[in-house]
Amino acid sequence: MNAAFRIPGAGRLRQATASFSFDDKSYVGIDGDTLASALLANGVHLVGRSFKYHRPRGFLSAGAEEPNALVQIVRDDARKTPNVRATVQELYDGLTAHSQNRWPSLAFDVGAVNDIASPLFSAGFYYKTFMWPKSAWKNLYEPKIRAAAGLGVSPDRPDPDHYAARYAHCEVLVLGGGAAGIAAALAAAETGVRVILADEQAEFGGSLRFESGAKIEGEDGFAWAQGAIAKLKAMDNVHVLPRTTAFGYYAQNFVGLVERVSDHLKSPGRELARERLWQVRARRVVLATGAIERHMVFADNDRPGIMLASAARTYLNHYGVAVGRNVGVYTANDSAYAAAIDLKKAGVNVAAIVDLRDNPTGPVIDEARALGIEINFGRAVIRAGGKLRVSSMTVQPKNGGGERTIPVDAILMSAGWTPSVHLFSQSRGKVAFNEETRRFVPGTYAQDCVSVGACNGTDGLAATIDEAYAAGAKAAKDAGGRAGKSAKPKVDASESWSRGMLGAAPGAGPDTTVKAFVDFQNDVTAKDIRQAVHEGMHSIEHVKRFTTNGMATDQGKTSNMHGLAIAAETLGKPIPQVGLTTFRAPYTPVTFGSIVGHARGALFDPTRRTAIHPWAAAQGAVFEDVGQWKRAWYFPKAGEDMHAAVDRECVTVRKVAGLFDASTLGKIEVVGPDAAKFMELLYTNPWEKLEPGRCRYGIMLREDGFIYDDGVVGRLAPDRFHVTTTTGGAPRVMHHMEDYLQTEFPHLNVWLTSITEQWAVIAVQGPKSRDIIAPLVEGIDMSDEALPHMSVREGKICGVPTRLFRMSFTGERGFEVNVPADYGEAVWEALWAEGQKHGTCAYGTETMHVLRAEKGYIIVGQDTDGTVTPNDAGLDWAVGKKKTDFVGIRGMARADLVAKGRKQLVGLKTKDPKVVLEEGAQIVDDPKQAIPMKMIGHVTSSYWSENCGRSIALALVAGGRDRMGQTLYVPMPNGTIEVEVTGMVFVDEKGEHLNG
Amino acid sequence: MLLIRCPYCEEERPELEFRNAGEAHIARSTNIAGESDDDFEKFFFIRSNPKGVIYERWRHIHGCARFFNAVRDTVTDKFVMTYKAGEPKPAKLPGASK
Repeated sequence: MNAAFRIPGAGRLRQATASFSFDDKSYVGIDGDTLASALLANGVHLVGRSFKYHRPRGFLSAGAEEPNALVQIVRDDARKTPNVRATVQELYDGLTAHSQNRWPSLAFDVGAVNDIASPLFSAGFYYKTFMWPKSAWKNLYEPKIRAAAGLGVSPDRPDPDHYAARYAHCEVLVLGGGAAGIAAALAAAETGVRVILADEQAEFGGSLRFESGAKIEGEDGFAWAQGAIAKLKAMDNVHVLPRTTAFGYYAQNFVGLVERVSDHLKSPGRELARERLWQVRARRVVLATGAIERHMVFADNDRPGIMLASAARTYLNHYGVAVGRNVGVYTANDSAYAAAIDLKKAGVNVAAIVDLRDNPTGPVIDEARALGIEINFGRAVIRAGGKLRVSSMTVQPKNGGGERTIPVDAILMSAGWTPSVHLFSQSRGKVAFNEETRRFVPGTYAQDCVSVGACNGTDGLAATIDEAYAAGAKAAKDAGGRAGKSAKPKVDASESWSRGMLGAAPGAGPDTTVKAFVDFQNDVTAKDIRQAVHEGMHSIEHVKRFTTNGMATDQGKTSNMHGLAIAAETLGKPIPQVGLTTFRAPYTPVTFGSIVGHARGALFDPTRRTAIHPWAAAQGAVFEDVGQWKRAWYFPKAGEDMHAAVDRECVTVRKVAGLFDASTLGKIEVVGPDAAKFMELLYTNPWEKLEPGRCRYGIMLREDGFIYDDGVVGRLAPDRFHVTTTTGGAPRVMHHMEDYLQTEFPHLNVWLTSITEQWAVIAVQGPKSRDIIAPLVEGIDMSDEALPHMSVREGKICGVPTRLFRMSFTGERGFEVNVPADYGEAVWEALWAEGQKHGTCAYGTETMHVLRAEKGYIIVGQDTDGTVTPNDAGLDWAVGKKKTDFVGIRGMARADLVAKGRKQLVGLKTKDPKVVLEEGAQIVDDPKQAIPMKMIGHVTSSYWSENCGRSIALALVAGGRDRMGQTLYVPMPNGTIEVEVTGMVFVDEKGEHLNG
Repeated sequence: MLLIRCPYCEEERPELEFRNAGEAHIARSTNIAGESDDDFEKFFFIRSNPKGVIYERWRHIHGCARFFNAVRDTVTDKFVMTYKAGEPKPAKLPGASK
C-alpha cells in the first residue's frame, strides 16, 4: 500500500497486494485494481505511443472506451495478447505488460519523428502519396506500411488456450449492469421468467462506482448494486454474467456475448476456458448500456495526464487513486465539477476549473465554489503544456484575449455524455437526434428490445430506475412472466447532469493548425476532419474513411460525435442532416479464439473414414483428403516413391488384378412403384426398359443442360434402383433428387434413402478378378452368360449379404462388391488373401485415376466444370433420344449449347512421350501469336501411363473432335509443348478387356 | 441468426437447420422440351430480386428434410410466414411491411 498516489482510506479495494511489471519495471498494486489503476497509483501516466505520430499517450478513460492505453500482456511465449486496454485488464499477481509502438523506448521513441513531420501525414495521406509508380505499391509501399502499421506483436505460436461456447435462451436479456440494468433485471426476475444479466466489468454497478452522490435504499449506490446482484445470483431463474461483453446484436433478438473466464487469474487452470462465447436468444432485450463521456477537443489534448473527468473520479472513488496532485479541470458541463469536488475532498489540489459556459448555475458549482476552487467561466483551455506528461494548461477567454498558463499535473475534462446506442443501432433501430440535448438517442425500434437509462437519454438516477424497473417488468410480462410484486428500489440521492458541447473548442477552430485530437487511437485531429470536407468528402461515411476517424479498435466511442459535429460545422449543415455512421459489431474487439471455439484442429471439420481404412493404414497407404473423406491414395512398398508405387499398381491391375476401396462413392436407393419414372426424369438415360439385374451408366444434368453428376445405377428389382454418385457429389445429388421429388414431381410414389455409409464397396478389377471373388461367393452364378458386364446380383460373400456389381472403372473385367459396412474390413481381408494367390495388389485413388484416364472415362468435376454438356463430353450415347422429358432436356437444347465450336473433350498425346502435361495448362493453336494468346482449351487430366509407356492427357478443346491428328501447343514458362489431338481411349480401344 | 418456422414440424428453429433453395412459385413446365427460348429464359434465369417481400423455397435440411415456402421481407430480413410446398401463394400477408 505504499504506492505514491494511493490515498489511504479512499476507494473500495482492501485486498492483498499484487506485484506486476510494466516495461520490465516492477510495481505493486492491489487485488481488484485494473492495470490502469495500479499504474496510476504508482504515478505512471505514460503507457503508449500513438499509432501514426507516435505521440506519448496515457489513460483517457477508466473503461472499455479507452483509445490510448493499449498494452501487450505476456503470460508466456504463446500467450502474448496485443492491444489490451489497460483500463479493463484486471490486475493479477505476476502480471507482465509491455508498451507498444515505440522503439527503442517508451520515453524516447524514434518514430516520433512522424509528429514533427506531421504536415506530410495529413488526412488522406496514404491515398495521395502511394499512388505511383503503380508497381511500387506491391513491392515497396504495401510491405513498408504493413510493417509500420499495427500495434503490438502477435504471438508466433498456436494459441494453447481453449475457448468454450454455449447457446442460451431466456425471456429477458439485460445488457449492462449499472443502476438501470440491475433495476430492470430485478423487476424481470420477480416475475419468474428466465433472466440473463451481463456486464463487461468484473463488478456490477456501472457509473455507481464513481458517483459518490448516489444513495439507493439508504445505501451508497455501489453497495446497493452489490446487494442487488447477490439477490439476483441467488435466484434460480437468473443468470448473472460479469466480465461479459455483448458484442453483437443480430436478427430476432439473437445476441452474441463473450465472457472472459480466466484472463484475470494469476494461473488459470487447464480446466478453465479462456473465454466463453454465449449465443443468446431472448424474447425481450433490455439495453442498459449507459453513456460515455466525451473529451474536450483542444490543442495537445492527448498529453499523458489528460483524461475524462469520470475516469479520474473512478480512479479515486473506486480504486483510491489520485491521478495527480495538482489537477486542472476543463469542462462544458456539470459532471466534471463532481470530479473536482471529490478530488478536492480527498486532499488533491484543484488548480482551477475552466468552464466554457458563460454563467452556469447549480448545486455542484456552488459546492465547488464553497470548497474554494477557482472557477473560470467563459474561458477555454487553448493548449496543454508538457510532452511525456501534461505540465500546464493555457487558459484564454473563449472569444480571445489574454492568455494565462496554469501549472497542473493532470487535466480532467468533460464535453458531455454520449448515450451508448451501439447495440440499439446494431439491432437495426434508427437513432434520432434530440435538438435540445444535442445527442442521438434511440428512435425507431426494429426488434423486441427497449433502451433504459443513460443509453436512452434519461438523465438522473431516480428517473433511470423508474424507467428501467418498469421496462424490466413489462419485458417479462410481454414474454410470458406472471405479475411480480413490485419492489422498486428507492432512490434517496442522485447526481444529475446533461448537455455539454460537441466539436472543437475555441482555440482549435477552423483558423488554427493545432493538433486537437478528435480520435486518439487513429490520430485524427479537428483539422484533419475539416480538411477532408474541404477536399470534397461531404458524406460522413466518406469523411470517416478519408480521415479514419472512428475506425480504430475503439470504434470511435469517444470521437464519433465530435467528428460529426466538426464535419457538420464545416459543411454548414445541421448535425442530423449529416447523419451518424453505422455502428457495427463487435462493440469491443473479440478474440478469434472465442469465435472459433472448439472448431479447430481435428475438430475443425468431421473426418470420414471407410470401414477398410484401418487395413489400408496398417499397409502403409498414403491418404488424401477427398471432401471430408480420407482415401488411400497409393500403397508404397519399401523404397518406392509415389510414381514407382502407382506405376506398379497400374501394371498389376491390367496384368493380374487389384483391390480398391470404393466405399466413399455416394449411394442412394431409389425405391417405389414410380422409381423407374423418377429415374427417367432425373437422368438423361432411359430406365423403364432396363431389366432388373442390369446396370447402366447414368448422367444427371442440371436444368441448364450441363453435367451435374454421373454414376453406375443397378436395377435390383422393378421398383428398386441402387444409384451410385461421385464421392463428393453424394449430398448435393441427394438434395437435387429430393428437391425434384418433393416439389416438381410430388405425384411420383418414390422414396429416396442415402445408403452411402451402409455399404462398404470393394472394387476388384483385372483379368483375375473373377477368380479372386468366385470362391467366396454363394448363390450367384459368376459366368459371363449369367453375370455379364454391367449387371448386378444379390447373394452372399463370405457368408454376409452382398450386392455384387459386375462393372468396371478400369476397362478390365471388374466387380464392385458391396457388403454391409460392418463386414467391410473382414470381406476385404478375405478377398485380399484370395488375391494374394494370384499376385494381386491394393491400389489407391491415384492408380484409379490413371486407369480410368487410360480408358477415357471422365471424372465429373475434373474433366467437366459445370459448363460441359453430354455432347461436349462425348456422351451423347447416354442421352435417351426418344425421351420427352428429363431434367436438363430443354437447357441442353439452348442455342449456345448446340452451336459449333464448343469445347469438346478429347485426348492429347505429347510429341515427346516422356513429357507429362500439367493439369489446367492452357492450349493454343498457334504458338507464335502475340501475347495474350488466344486460348482454345485446357488440359483436364494428365498422367504418366506406365501401361502405355508414355504420358496421356484429356483436354477440353474448342471444336476438339474436328481436330483429330492436329498439332496444338501448350505454352509453359520453360518452353512450349507440342501435342497431338487424339481420341480419349489410350488402352484397349475395342473394349475387349471387359470380358478378358 | 434467423428463426424460421418449419410448417411441417410446426416449430420455430434456428437458421442453421435450414437451407435456402431459391425463389418459390416458379413452376417447371410439364412440356418443358417444347418451351420457347423466351419461356425457358423466364423459367430458368429470371428471378424477381425484390426490395421487400420475396417468396422463397427453404428446406429444413437438418430437420425433417422437407422443402417448404416462405415469405420474407428482404429489407428487414424478417420472415413474414411459411407454408407447405404446393400450397398457393398466400393472398394476404400477416403484418407485412408496406
